[in-house]
This record gives sequence, C-alpha cells and structure tokens, in this order.
Amino acid sequence: MIRFDEVTKAYPDGTVAVDELTLTAPSGQITVFVGPSGCGKTTSLRMINRMIEPTSGTITIDDRDVTSVPATELRRGIGYVIQHAGLFPHRTVADNVATVPLLTGTNRRQARTRAIELMERVGLPASFADRYPAQLSGGQQQRVGVARALAADPPVMLMDEPFSAVDPVVRDQLQREFLRLQEELGKTIVFVTHDIDEAIRLGDTVAVLDVGGRLAQLATPADLLATPADPFVAGFVGRDRGYRALAFVSAEVAVVPEPTVTLGEPLARARDVAVDDWVLAVDAGHRPQGWLHLPDGGGLSGDEVQPELLNLGGTLAPAGGTLREALDAALSSPSGRGVVVDDDGRLVGSVSAATVLRHIDTAGAGVSPGGRA
Amino acid sequence: MTSAAGSAPWDLFGYFADHRGQVLELLWSHTWLSVLPVVIGLLVSLPIGWLARRYRWVYPSVVSVTGLLYTIPSLALFVIMPMLLGTQILDPVNVVAALTVYTVALLVRVVADGLAAVPDDVMQSATAMGLTRFQRLRKVELPLAVPVIAAGLRVATVANVSLVAIAGTIGIPELGQLFIIGFQLSVNGPYYPPIVLGIVLCVLLALVLDGLIVLGSRWATPWQRVVAAR
Amino acid sequence: MTDNVLVWLNDPQNWSGTRFTPGIGAQIAAHLLYTAIALLVAGAIAFPLGIVLGHTGRAGWLVSVANGLRSLPTVGLLILLYVMVSPLISGRGDAPYLVPTEIALVLLALPPILANTYAGVRNVPPDARDAARGMGMTGPQVLLRVELPNALPLVFSGLRSATLQVIATATIAAYVGLDGLGRYVYDGLASHQFGQMAGGAVLVAALALLVDLVLALVQRLTVSRGVSGRFSRRAAGGDGRTAAVTELTAGSGEGRERGGNDAEDSSRPVAVLAPSGKHPPG
Repeated sequence: MIRFDEVTKAYPDGTVAVDELTLTAPSGQITVFVGPSGCGKTTSLRMINRMIEPTSGTITIDDRDVTSVPATELRRGIGYVIQHAGLFPHRTVADNVATVPLLTGTNRRQARTRAIELMERVGLPASFADRYPAQLSGGQQQRVGVARALAADPPVMLMDEPFSAVDPVVRDQLQREFLRLQEELGKTIVFVTHDIDEAIRLGDTVAVLDVGGRLAQLATPADLLATPADPFVAGFVGRDRGYRALAFVSAEVAVVPEPTVTLGEPLARARDVAVDDWVLAVDAGHRPQGWLHLPDGGGLSGDEVQPELLNLGGTLAPAGGTLREALDAALSSPSGRGVVVDDDGRLVGSVSAATVLRHIDTAGAGVSPGGRA
Repeated sequence: MTSAAGSAPWDLFGYFADHRGQVLELLWSHTWLSVLPVVIGLLVSLPIGWLARRYRWVYPSVVSVTGLLYTIPSLALFVIMPMLLGTQILDPVNVVAALTVYTVALLVRVVADGLAAVPDDVMQSATAMGLTRFQRLRKVELPLAVPVIAAGLRVATVANVSLVAIAGTIGIPELGQLFIIGFQLSVNGPYYPPIVLGIVLCVLLALVLDGLIVLGSRWATPWQRVVAAR
Repeated sequence: MTDNVLVWLNDPQNWSGTRFTPGIGAQIAAHLLYTAIALLVAGAIAFPLGIVLGHTGRAGWLVSVANGLRSLPTVGLLILLYVMVSPLISGRGDAPYLVPTEIALVLLALPPILANTYAGVRNVPPDARDAARGMGMTGPQVLLRVELPNALPLVFSGLRSATLQVIATATIAAYVGLDGLGRYVYDGLASHQFGQMAGGAVLVAALALLVDLVLALVQRLTVSRGVSGRFSRRAAGGDGRTAAVTELTAGSGEGRERGGNDAEDSSRPVAVLAPSGKHPPG
C-alpha cells in the first residue's frame, strides 16, 4: 500500500506541481494517475521513488516512510518503467533485464537465467537475449522495459506512460498482456497516463488530477464515468461516457440460438435456414466466419457457401463479456444480430440490440451509480 | 627589416602601417588560396555527392575514402602534391590542389547528406507533379539542401584559412609569411607584431568569409528566414 | 621526382642514422613521443572536465570557448608560443623547443577532446539516464555504467581528431627546431633535397594513417555494438525467422524489425556539424 499524506511539491519560482495530495494506492491493485499535462501526475509518481523530493508531506510504502532508506536502495526495490522504455543502448536485452539483480550482487549466470525467464513472461522469445535495443521495435523495447522492472521481483511498480509511444494496435495488445500479467503477479502498481481511456481500461482505481496538482476525483472507473465529481472531471472523462460505462457491466442478456450453414454446404440449404435474408456461416469447428446475404431472388454465383461470398462485418462478443461488447456486436452486425462466441471462438448464439437495450432499461445499468455488476 | 614600431604584441598596428603594401599583398594571396579550393571543391563535390545519394552503395566507399584523405597532415600533402602533379615545390598550385582535396573530402559527404535530408514527401510530390529527374535536382533537392551545404562550406572555408598559413613554412607567400618573419626577427628576444598581426588577420579573414557564406545562404533560402522569424 | 623519394626511403643509412643524424626510426619514435605527451596532458585535463560538464550540464560556454580556439591558425599559435615561452626556458638539449611546442600541441588537442566528451555525455539518451537513476544506480554508477559506454563513440572521435591534429602540428614544429619526421621536410627544403623532403612527407602521412587505424581498432573493440550499430549480418539473417515467430506468439502489429537497416543508418552522421564534425588536421 502506497500512501500520500498531504504531499506538496512547489518549485522556487512559485509553481505548484502537486498540491497537498492525499490518497492511498491499495496493495495488489493498479492505481492510475490521469490528467492533462501540467497536472503533476508524473511528479507525484516520481516522488514515490524519490526521483523528485517533495516539499512537504510524507509518502509511505507499507507504512514505511520512503525517506527512511537511502534513495538508491529504495529504488532497487521498486520497479520503474518509463515512456520510451529507457533501455541502455550499449547492453544486450538480457543484460538490460538483469540490471537490478546485477546491481544487488546476484551472480551473472543466475541473473541471466532469470532475465530469460522474464523475457518469456512478457512475450519475448529467449533468442532475443543477445540482441541490442536498437534491433527491437518500439513495442518489443517496451516489453523489455517491463521485464527489466520485474527483474528484482519488486512488490511495487511505477509506470510512467509506458504505452504512450507505441502505435494503437501495439498499445492495445500491450495493455491486454499487462492486465494478464498483473492478474498473475498482483503487484502494487502506480500507473501514469494522459489517456483517460487507458486509465479506465487498466485502473482498479483512477485518480484524476487537475492542473496545479489538485486531486479532482479518486474513484473506480465505473464510478468515474457515472458520477464525475465536478465539471473538470466531466469534461476530462469526455464524450460517450454512457456508452463507455457499459464496458463495466456484465452482459447477462439472453442469447438466442442462431441458425448456421457450414462452409462448403450448398447455397440452397443456406436459403432454407436464412432469417431475414441473412445466415451466419461457420467453419467445421463451429467458429463464425461471416454473414451470407440471400435477398429474395438475389443471384449469388456458384452453388456452395464459399468464404469470398461472406460479409465480414460485425464484431464478436465473448460470452460472459460486457454490455458494451454485446451492444457493439449487435450494432456492427450486417444482419442486426450480434454474434456471441465462447473462449475458443465457437458460436454460442446471437443477441439483438433491442435485447441489450431492454436489459439496460430494466436493470438501470451503466449510467447510474452502483450500476457496476 | 627594421621597424619604427616597438616589439610588443599591441604594436601590430604600427607594423601594419609600416608594411602596408606587403601585408595587403599577403592577405590577398591568402584569400584566394583559401577561397579557390572551396569553389573548385564545391563544383567537384556536387556530382559526386549526388551519385553517393543516388546509388547507396557508393556512399560507404565515399565515407571511407574521405576519412582517409582527412587523416593526411596538410604539410605532407603540400609536399606530396608535386609528385602527383609534376609541379614545382613552391608552386601555389600545390596548396590549391591539396586544399581542394580536403574540401572535396568534406563536401561530398555534406552534399550527399544534404540531399538525403530532403523530405521524401517533398520529392514524391515533385515527381507527381511531373518534374524530370534533372528538374527535381535543380528546383527542389538542391535549393532545399542549401542550408546543409552552406554549413559544410563554412567549415571548409574556416579550416582552409588556417591551413593555408602552414604553407608559409615552406615558403609560399601568404599570411603565414608574417609568422615566419616574426620568428626570424625574434632571435634576440620576442618580436610580436607580425605574428600577432598574422593571427588577427587570419581570424578576421575567416570571420569575413564565414559571414559572406551565411549571407549568401540566407539570400538563397528566403523560406528559412520566415521560419526563423516565427 | 618519385624516384628520388624511393631512393631516399630505400637507403638503409637513412633508417639507421649516422653518428650526427638520427635515423628514421628514431625520428618516428620522437614524433610519437611528442604526440603522446601532448595527448596525455590534454586528455588528463579535457576528459574529466568534459565528463563533469556533460554530466552536470553546466558551463557549456566553456566548451564554446574551447571550440573558438579551433579557428586560430595553428602555425601562428605555434610560433607565437615558441617566441613567448622559449626565452624563459634555460634548459639544455630539446627543452627550449619542446616545452613551447608541447604547450601549443596541448592547446590544439584540448578543444576536440573536451567538446566531444562533453557532447558524448550530454547526448546519452535522457530516458536511459532516467531509467538508470530510477532503478537505483548511484551517481558514479550512472556515469560509469550508462553514460560513459554510450559516450564512447564521440569520445573516440574527439580523441582521433585531436591525435591527427597533434601529429600534423608536431610535423610543423620541426620548423622551430623540434625533432620528429618534420625534420626531413624542412631540412630537405633547406638543402634542396626533394627526395628527403617528400620522403618525410610520405612517412608523416603513413604514420598518421597508421595511428588512426590503431585507434579505430581500439574503438571497435571497446564500443558496444548496441551503440555503434554494427550488428552481425549472420545474426540479422537468422533473426528473420525468430522475428516471425514473435509476431505470431506475441501478437501482431509490433512493427518491422529494424535491426537490418540500423547498421547502415547509424553510420550516418546525425548532424553534419555535430561537435565531432571533422576539422582537417593542421
């Protein structure tokens, strides 16, 4: 548990970066500091490992004042990940990862074994061990950065915009893997970002900071979307709040069976089972492949269901997923029927937008406080 | 070689007054010995630099050859030149040729890098508008590479002013002669005026030539001024 | 004319020397000695100073002043110092020539070493420096384990450029009476022996090339490949497959492998006029 107790950082020129910040980042959870630039989020983070010393107030980790140990010793016990990874260009990937263990006197062989183990954990093959950072892509470098922070197995991790410098596709993937990793490791993490979507996706708790280092709101992501504390938070959290809030509500809506054709079957059979001119095509493993449009008298060439005939529109909603996923699947589906699949990608059934909306209406889910299921 | 002025460093003005004609003659020859190699060097470097940019395999060899040429001390090059050119030892052509070698060594790389620094999208839109390869070079690539090439010219010119003076020790007349005169007059105690005058004139000459290149580059790149003013 | 040079270079007596004149070997040794003294003194001053200034980021103006020294004509500086200092030295033997010329050589070697060391330490990626501190390295550890290894390429380019400058100027120092290979050039000129003169020049050029080559090799051995960007082709080729595997296991969209191109790109100068920008030797 990391506690900020009336922590202030003021600079000699009068700028106040952090203003009497008091908050607790619970153990084993991800606490996100989010806010516009100049809100003191990075300053707050860097005061935890004393890269910046506060002007007043105290910061404790598990009830121990961070100033009670020498700064270097403190830092070796805290994982630190920054925006561009900050890898050492002159060291191989393995040596980068092994930095802290080597500093604290672990022997080389052990440190290397551990480094390779960690690389695999963050999704890098062991063959990367002897490469140099310049040989890696941005996303790969960031993985090494995370592995390096984990090397000494610190209970606490500080992450300063770690995924901001990579493209959206890679970011999405890194975020997903980060959540999976945290599920296994259960670290106490303080995470800084300027991106409210990232904050909502990753945070167990989100601290919204305003310019001048004022804590505007400390809440769970769902509460933040449902009841912004003031106009600043409301503005910062932005548009589509109601829709985005659905991402925190389980979709306990009725899934109805969906008739299908298997690839390679005759088109005639597809016509027989089509509902409202649309039929879902699946492969031999019953995994959805796309929709087949069969308007009355519409002449499709060929006589078998083939992949090139399919409309690939429509996202897939995982069974047991959120209302947002279910609604999106329904809205994006050309047939108006959202496809629901299980963990292995096999068809479970379909759900319509009307069903989801009815559920929101009756359950009062989403926009009201306490709507988190 | 007597002088009305004293032997202290600040007597350089008196020395200059006494030897005005001779000093100005040395300054003049120093100037053209410094500038001519830059002009020839630029003319030689443009096509080679363009080749190094156009054909990427040329670049590494250009880099290694220029690196080697740079390693050779100038005095050695002045003396070796007659062997290669069949000139007389004291022929100023040796100095011009040697300094041209250095200038080319510097500028080829600068030209290649300057051309490479022209943004890809600019080149592509030039191509898309139907400019031929030569038109692209003349109307787009070269103008945009001017600031980089000018920076290279400045380095080459300032370096040349210092290097030309070295030729004075093997008897070629330019400002380096003032150092030699001062050295010879210092047998019975330091005689500073010609030495200090030589250093001051060399530095002034370098500053003036440098300033001229800056002005020329500004004149050739009006768009840079707009950016700087913002 | 080339014949004269070959004759002179092939004459064994010129190599072994006579009772009155030192041989070529002795002059090369003298030349190297003068160079080494100047570099050691200049290095002892400029290297720590450049590191401290670069590490703290303070007093960058001092570097600019040192760089300003470069625009002084080297011969003028050499003769000025000789005329100034020589009368003050009453030692026997070489001292009246050696002391003033060494001062001039040190002054010429300082700017490139200082400016490049400073720039090298300054140019260490700020992220890497920040990460090093954040992981709990002490100040000296940050300097020795992160900043210096990354500054090495620039430090070396400063050292090499200083070395060439000193070798070149030490040649000219023969004009005021110092030994070394420059002796052959000026003695040959005085006695109209072109073979000796050009032979000396060839030897100077060869010495400069050789010393630079040795330094280049040392640089190759000490600078991390991660910094110099020289990744072995073989490894890069083999990586193609593993990279594909990563794309599959670690997911898609991580962007292309950059290793292959980097070797080529990082050999390119970042800026034409970076402090390492070569000045021709004197």
